[in-house]
Amino acid sequence: MLDFATFYELQALYSDYAMACDSAEWEKWPDFFVEEGTYRLQPRENFEQGLPLCLLALESRAMIRDRVYGVKETLYHDPYYQRHIVGMPRVIAVDGDTIRAQANYAVMRTKYDGEATVFSAGHYRDEIVRTPAGLKFRSRLCIYDTEMIANSVIYPI
Amino acid sequence: MSSAFPAAHEWPAEGTHRVPFWAYTRDDLYRKELERFFYAGHWCYVGLEAEIPNPGDFRRTVIGERSVIMVRDADGAINVVENVCAHRGLRFCRERHGNRKDFLCPYHQWNYSLKGELQGVPFRRGVKQDGKVNGGMPKDFRVEEHGLTRLKVARRGGVVFAAFDHEVEPLEDFLGPTILAYFDRVFDGRELTVLGYRRQRIPGNWKLMQENIKDPYHPGLLHTWFSTFGLWRADNKSELKMDARHRHAAMISTRGQGGKNEEVVGGVDSFKDHMQVNDPRLLDIVPEPWWGGPTAVMTTIFPSLIVQQQVNSVSMRHIQPNGHGSFDFVWTHFGFAEDSEEMQQRRLIQANLFGPAGFVSADDGEVIEWSQEGFEQKPAHRTLIEMGGHEIGDTDHMVTETLIRGMYAYWRQVMGE
Repeated sequence: MLDFATFYELQALYSDYAMACDSAEWEKWPDFFVEEGTYRLQPRENFEQGLPLCLLALESRAMIRDRVYGVKETLYHDPYYQRHIVGMPRVIAVDGDTIRAQANYAVMRTKYDGEATVFSAGHYRDEIVRTPAGLKFRSRLCIYDTEMIANSVIYPI
Repeated sequence: MSSAFPAAHEWPAEGTHRVPFWAYTRDDLYRKELERFFYAGHWCYVGLEAEIPNPGDFRRTVIGERSVIMVRDADGAINVVENVCAHRGLRFCRERHGNRKDFLCPYHQWNYSLKGELQGVPFRRGVKQDGKVNGGMPKDFRVEEHGLTRLKVARRGGVVFAAFDHEVEPLEDFLGPTILAYFDRVFDGRELTVLGYRRQRIPGNWKLMQENIKDPYHPGLLHTWFSTFGLWRADNKSELKMDARHRHAAMISTRGQGGKNEEVVGGVDSFKDHMQVNDPRLLDIVPEPWWGGPTAVMTTIFPSLIVQQQVNSVSMRHIQPNGHGSFDFVWTHFGFAEDSEEMQQRRLIQANLFGPAGFVSADDGEVIEWSQEGFEQKPAHRTLIEMGGHEIGDTDHMVTETLIRGMYAYWRQVMGE
């Protein structure tokens, strides 16, 4: 059981993360993680079959920074807006300073001349730790149902 | 060009250094391609034996637009059957994979063996009621005549190919000795380990993906990682090789030093002189004995498969067309049972470079989409494939589009265009 103040902080972590992803402030993305924090974006079929391959497996905050550089500087892509709708986090377990939580999400993609489409739908499975700088992800595993990707994934989910 | 949407379709020049946009935009041609490349005369990729290790294991996949099932039967043989019920034509198998003793079409409960033989037809002999037999199949109905469509199957090194056309030449002849050697380089009999799947739907003609991996001109230009870190660029030691009919190819390259060679990267927007990776594990490349020298070999097997070995990342990339302007691209990443834990982890981390989000692959899907958009708006126009001249032949460098010209020479021959 989380006290309300902590739950509020957790909720803020989720919504701040989504806002950073949606407002193209990619530099902020690594800062949601501790230094050894991991981000993995994995199709549901691999997760359910126990297959280790991810679409992205970023194994440290440094590697997440490398992805930011890729998004900003090296990946030629059709620009798009994205919009996360993230459900209320569901707290699975609390152990000292570590929280395990999950949340459903949907991401809408809107290209400049197109309609908004559901680009990715799935859920986060997270491990969050308290640090002097507030709550941070130790791991964020994003399992997407939308296995057949509409061409490519560039921006963070 | 006479008009924006010409009624007659003439090939724009001798040879294949110009390819008309209509080769990518016409539904009639696309259907002919399905018939002549995917459903006749060619071996198409279906999967890896490691995906169905046990009797009864099956995996549903696709050849062209046809849903097929790869299944291991009780004898350990691998069968490939079409996922269309002999009765009313249902695509009855809905799961992507699983384990079965037999196949069942739920509609009228027709039942098939794992070899595709029809076993059970409910009410075949009618239903007895009040001393009279109602209905039933006619006397001349033979279950032997109504199995699932069975494909010819070829297995080599743990890879499974299938063909609707039972007259197709042996797989080894189909690949030819040059390409077979590069195939065997990866699939030399070692046990494979499936690491997982990635799927993307790319809104472009399926041939564009074959062309992308027959085009060594673009990687060092489009892909920053390849140019900046010397993984693949014009000053690498390279070879391009084809089979005798120019339909398959191997692009073979050995990693160079990278860095600023003015001739190769001068003025190239994607080259980032001072770029370094923050987490060196992304480029923690460890040469493997089976490479035999080259750090990358990209093999295109026409029409449906690309075998990727890019440093420590290996995958099968399967082309599954759905209409003239779209295809599904399915990546099966794998390793080898002999891999250490570190090697498997290395393959998984290097997989960040590839796939629908990959540092050197996401943009391939993007440029294919943009190509198709250009073709659709201007079908009377043509592409220009003249890097390295007009001729077709193996080379000892990568500053050429010869493999694409070769593929279209074969395409023209088979299509009669």
